[in-house]
Formats: sequence, structure tokens, C-alpha cells
Amino acid sequence: MNGGDGPGQDHGGRLVANIMHFARALRAAGLPIGPGRVIEAVRAVETAGIGNRDDFYWTLHAVFVNRRDQRELFDQCFHVFWRDPRLLERMLALLLPSLDGVREPDDQSALSRRLRDALSAGDGGNKRETLEEDKIEIDAALTSSDRELLAKRDFEQMSADEEARAKRVIARLGLPILDVATRRHAPDPHGPRIDMRASLRAAMRSGSGIIPLRLRAPRRRHPPLVVLCDISGSMSRYSRLFLHFMHAITNDRDRVHTFLFGTRLTNVTRLLRHRDVDLALKAVGEAVEDWDGGTRIGACLRRFNLSWSRRVLGQGAVVLFVSDGLDREAGAGLGREIERLHKSCRRLIWLNPLLRYAGFEPKSLGVRAILPHVDEFRPVHDLESLDDLARALARPGERKLEGGRSWRQAS
Amino acid sequence: MSKPAAIPDDIDAARALMEDQSYVADRGLATAVFLALRLERPLFLEGEAGVGKTEIAKVLAAGLGRRLIRLQCYEGLDVASAVYEWNYARQMVEIRIAEAAGETDRDLLGTEIFTDRFLIRRPLLQALEPEIEGSPVLLIDELDRADEPFEAFLLEVLSDYQITIPEIGTVKAATPPIVVITSNRTREIHDALKRRCFYHWIDYPDGARELAILKAKLPGADQRLSRAVVAFVQRLRQRDLFKLPGVAETLDWTNALIQLDALTLDADTVDSTLGVLLKYQDDIARVRGSEAANILAEIKADLAVAG
Repeated sequence: MNGGDGPGQDHGGRLVANIMHFARALRAAGLPIGPGRVIEAVRAVETAGIGNRDDFYWTLHAVFVNRRDQRELFDQCFHVFWRDPRLLERMLALLLPSLDGVREPDDQSALSRRLRDALSAGDGGNKRETLEEDKIEIDAALTSSDRELLAKRDFEQMSADEEARAKRVIARLGLPILDVATRRHAPDPHGPRIDMRASLRAAMRSGSGIIPLRLRAPRRRHPPLVVLCDISGSMSRYSRLFLHFMHAITNDRDRVHTFLFGTRLTNVTRLLRHRDVDLALKAVGEAVEDWDGGTRIGACLRRFNLSWSRRVLGQGAVVLFVSDGLDREAGAGLGREIERLHKSCRRLIWLNPLLRYAGFEPKSLGVRAILPHVDEFRPVHDLESLDDLARALARPGERKLEGGRSWRQAS
Repeated sequence: MSKPAAIPDDIDAARALMEDQSYVADRGLATAVFLALRLERPLFLEGEAGVGKTEIAKVLAAGLGRRLIRLQCYEGLDVASAVYEWNYARQMVEIRIAEAAGETDRDLLGTEIFTDRFLIRRPLLQALEPEIEGSPVLLIDELDRADEPFEAFLLEVLSDYQITIPEIGTVKAATPPIVVITSNRTREIHDALKRRCFYHWIDYPDGARELAILKAKLPGADQRLSRAVVAFVQRLRQRDLFKLPGVAETLDWTNALIQLDALTLDADTVDSTLGVLLKYQDDIARVRGSEAANILAEIKADLAVAG
């Protein structure tokens, strides 16, 4: 250990307590930090010494951060906390006003909102005093952005009857997308390969000089599933249904990622993981801000391709693309992005509610851009069609457009 | 391989250790490396492809004079290829010999064929064995390619540095190996594993550091060319590309330009060598031509200002 006479030694007690408080602030802000990590942090700080602020920062960073997306939160928290813990309270008071019903401009402020929420937890009402005077300024900064139609969707409006029916059908809705063979093996009496290890153990057990063969077969497993769902105005009639559907499949299996898009792309996977469908949908309703607005499919897919595809499509994922293909930007740039998406996944399945109309023809530019690049094309507009879909996906599919060849020819 | 060196005493020493092996690290990375070495915990590195994650393990092995044991992960990686396997052929021969000799005691035979002699050691087990020059550097490369069950298996290895072989017992490392785990983040690694490690996200370097890296790795490169290359790549990374070029690509590109005897960047050279830098046809098509010319004009203006 170096720095034997450094601040770590002199104020050992205070420093440890401060690190603990810092860890608690981070934990409240949503970083998964347990007591073990706090001890680890103290040890790390003792080892590295507190030569300067930078080293201290990176030492705590190495212990507390373990995902890339936690870096910003850590950074903000660190600077607020270690400058002057009392400053924190003042900062909080200053930041509170923008909490109320103002749309945040981007991810960055969503983060700071989390931090703010975390840090303000347990505070009394006295912080609210400064609220009024700051309000005007901050409001102005945050509302001037753009002309997206923003509306929060209220899922409590669902009628009791509707809800009961939906729950009933969705509860028994497994989505048996075909299993694929993995490279891992499991014992199987009729398997194609010999499990040498098990055979030799069995030989030891029998001891008769005969080696009874034990066999194994590749284990099968469903591939990861990625759902990209359109929640724009033209899809609004279906979006509640689809959210229930997505909640069901998210909780039915592991490795499901769910994204909603209208004018922007939102990852709602973690929100949908909540077991209770109402709570999950409520959280989604609050997190997503472009309900029933326009659609910019191309731009959203581009965002997905750039920032998510490598992370969620890595292991041969099947993609469910739920959209009516009606694009505000008339398919500009859409073809290229959907092609990239198609090339990055195992199978691209397009679920289109418009397909239920007998006279549907792929006239829209968006539809025509997407159609050549999907492997399967299916109607989905009510619970029954979801059920059909489940059955259809259970059989092995080929990597070509199924059920939509006539549409493609027509276009 | 150089002589075994001591574990660095402070962050500066850790940084110097890496610099000796021409690895230019920033302060954050040096801190994480130092803590991992000092507190004997694994180092978990994430970052885009080509930012030098794997290189760190090599640098540490060379700098500390330790053996480097590399475990490349892939889907379906199992105990038999990562940890140990029994030498079945020899075991069967042994059984046959025992039979011929009239050996009938099953238990005795059982203890004989499941012994050290018949064990084939794979990287993880090798890493736990003592070595003269000190515990080895274990590189678990691209962990995100392995599947979740393997990750779960690693938990025991990485927290206690021990491996349990049912037939023999538990093998524990006298001195823990220096473990470096890398991930390209094609999926999230479980928190339980990350919790046991010091984590660092390696970002693309800024201009000054990238220039330093070029200088360290390609000392022969012309200064003006290096500067232009770095400026070009830095600007390229601000563009909306599917795959941004990493440091490895910068080095490759500079090397390619040196081979072509290019002294400065011009539009033709850039267009014809763009494939070294960008690996997706969409990206190349996007940058080639006018976009590349724009970037060249920008950096020319910048370099003129800088003198």
C-alpha cells in the first residue's frame, strides 16, 4: 500500500463513511451495488491511494461501474457528490422543477432525471421552496424542441371485458418459434454421438469389461427474439394489443428484446420484464413519448442498426417487425436499412395488421421498400391472428418471403 | 519473453509498464489495470472491436514476463475444451491391459484411470498451475461469444480461482492468475460475473492519444502522414457509420499507406485504400468520393491553422 500518511489513513473513518454514502446514492440511482462492492471500493481506494481527484474517480469507477451505460450516471453522481455533499441538496432543489410533466429532450436528461429521483428520495418538502422561481427558465429550455405529437397512453382505459379476454388468450400464448440446434450436447439415448466420458464412467460401474455406450445429442434452444413494434398513429388501434402480446413473450422466455418506434426508437425490454402486465404497460406508457405520432421507419431502423443490432442480434436472432409500413417519409432510406436488418438476423418476420383487408395492395412506398427484404409476411390484427402466428412460427421456416410472393409480384 | 517483473506499485508504474510495451493507455485504464493486478481480481474490458482489448493481456504478459494463456470463446464452448478432458483412448487401453493382466478390482481400476496421468489440461486448468516465472496471464477473449452456461461456470473459477474435477477433487491455484476478460458486447454479460471484476470500457482514443499510439506502434511512419491519418480517422468517427474504424484499422491503414509510399493523404489514395479502414460496403459507398474529399478539405484547413 502506498500513501501511508495520505488522507486515506488520516481520515479513514470519514472516507469510508463517505464512500458508503456515495455507494448508497449510486444504488438509489439504479446501479446494482451491494455491500460487497462498497468493501471492494474501500480496498481499492486504499490500494490506489488518493493522490489526486482523477485517480480517485477512476478507482471508484473501476469498482462501481460495470456497464457502459452506467458511466454517465456515475460521472454525474461523482461530480455532484464529491465536490461538496451539501451542494447535492442545493443542486437537487434546483433541478426539481423540470420533473413535472416536462418532456426530456434526450437520453442524457433521462439519466439525470433518474439521478435526481434517486437523490431526492427521502428528502422533505423544504426543497420545493425554490421550485417556482426556477420553473420558467427550465421549462423554456426543454419545450422548444420539435413538432412531434406527444401523448401519453393511458392503459387503464382498457375495458374490463376487453382486458379479461386479452389476458385469457395471451396467457396461453406461447410463441414456439422454431428451436435451433446449439453446439452444446445433452445426454440422449438415441443421440448421434458417443459421450466418451459418460461411457467410461459407466464402464467403471459395470466392471464387466464391456463399455456400455452412452450417447448424446445436440441440445436445442430457441434463438433470441427481437420485436420491433410500430406505435405510430396509424397503428394506434393495435398498439395496446401488441403490448400485451410483447409482455407475454418477454416473460415467456429469456433473450427477448423489445423496441417501440414511431418517430424515435425506445428500448422497453426492461420495462416489459415486470411480471405484472398492468405495471409493465404503465411503465412503458410513461417511458415512451411518441405514441400515436408520425412514423419515421427508416430513421428508427437506422438508429436500431447503428446502436443496437450488434448487441441484440449477435446470436442469430429472429426479428418480429410489427408495422403497417406506412411511413411519413415515404420510404426514404428505408430500403437500405431494412436490408441491413435482414442481413443481420436469422429471420425477419413482418407482421402487418393491414393485411387483413382483402383488397390490400402494397402501394405505399414504405411497404414496397420493406417487402423485398422480409422472410415472412403475416397478418396480425387481433388475438386470433396472434394465435395463428404462434402456430405458424413453430414450423421451420425458410429464408425467403413466405406468403407474400403475390404481394411482391404485384408491387 | 523478458525477465519476470514485479507487480507495479502505483498507477504511474502500471502506466509505464504498458508504455514500455508500446501500449498507450489513458489514466482510467491504467487505474483499472493497476487495481486488477494489485487486488488480484479479473479485469473486465469492453469496447468496440479494434480498440486494443486483447492487446492489454499480451502487453501485461510481456511486461511482467509471464506466460500468456489464451482462451478464445465461441458458442458451445464446454468444459472439455476450456478446462480439462480425460484422455479416453489411453483410458481404454489401460482398461484393456488391466483385463489382460487379470485385474478384477473395479475400485482400484477406477482410481487408476481417473488420475492425473490421463488428464488433458485445457487453458483454464493450465492457468491455475504454478509456474516458475509467476502466475500466468489468462486471457478469456470475447466472452460474449460463449453462451450463458459457460459464463456461469466461470463464476467459480474467477471468484475462488479453483476448479472442481469430480473424479479428482478441487484444484486451487496457489497464486491466482492475472485474468483479463474481453467482450465485444454482442450480448450483455451477466452482472454476477462482472461484479467479480474491475470493469473498464475502452473508448476510441482522442486525437493526441491516437497519434501517440501510431508513434509507438509504427515509429517509422512519417509525422505529417500520421497526423493526417489520425485527423481523418477522428473525423470519420464522428460520421454516422455502421462500423466505426478502431485503432487497429488506423494502424493497418497507416501501414498500407506506408507500403504505397504515400507521403500525404489525397482523394485518390483515400478512395483506393478505404477498404482497409471501413469494413462494410454501405459505409465505404457512403464515404468514398465526395464525403472523403470533404473530410480531406476539413483536415487540410485544420492542419493549416495548427501550422
